[in-house]
Amino acid sequence: MADIKCAFVIQRPPYKSETSTLGFTHAISYQVVEMLLEDGQNVIPTVCMVGEGVLNLIKDQKAMENYGVTSIESHGKNSLLVDLDILVCKEDLDGFGIPEDRLLDAEDMGADKKLQIVPYSEIQKAMESANHLLFF
Amino acid sequence: MGTLTLGCFSSLVGSKSLDFTLKLAKAAADKGHKVNLWLSGNATVVGKNHQKHLKDYSTGEKPVLELLEKGVEICECEACALARGIQKPDAIPGVQWNAMHWYLAKIYSSDRVLHIGGE
Repeated sequence: MADIKCAFVIQRPPYKSETSTLGFTHAISYQVVEMLLEDGQNVIPTVCMVGEGVLNLIKDQKAMENYGVTSIESHGKNSLLVDLDILVCKEDLDGFGIPEDRLLDAEDMGADKKLQIVPYSEIQKAMESANHLLFF
Repeated sequence: MGTLTLGCFSSLVGSKSLDFTLKLAKAAADKGHKVNLWLSGNATVVGKNHQKHLKDYSTGEKPVLELLEKGVEICECEACALARGIQKPDAIPGVQWNAMHWYLAKIYSSDRVLHIGGE
């Protein structure tokens, strides 16, 4: 099997723990996994933001000012920059009353990818098509 | 026999998830499965040597040494360990230090993956 699909499901809120940060950083590491794989082998990641996990995507975070750490917004933007697919649960955004224009993007970094706001049914499909699920 | 990769993100003390992970790794290795164990976040403290086993607290050093003897590959996130003040000379010999792509590479060749998240 040449490609293995991994779904990184981020469901924890930002900054309460480092869990959501680790979800992003583990997903981003697909960029260098080929160093440890054979030719033709690939790990295909998809990031799924559900539940309180959608709160990680709010833009204009002030983590460096308040906590002295890189913001989770920055990890989200870097994820888009390295062409990760990030699926965001529309129902959970609606539940928190978060409009799309409150969410991060990485246009200023030159990223082509954008957050993909989708119904949960689409996230379910992505999880069902993955070989492995990793919940953060 | 299959290949099982475990990822653990929970702390040694304060959570029993890491204790469970070590026991599961041993059970799988005893059955003859190939086992890989990735430690990230607070779980990296289990890779530090000279743990004192106080009866009120979990300990990981002895189980980790047993797993290494059984051929279980154990690797912890270098950045997570360093951020917690654990230096390489403090590490249990045989525990590898690497970055997150080690975990993804092991996942690639695994029949099953059990990701045990942080608290």
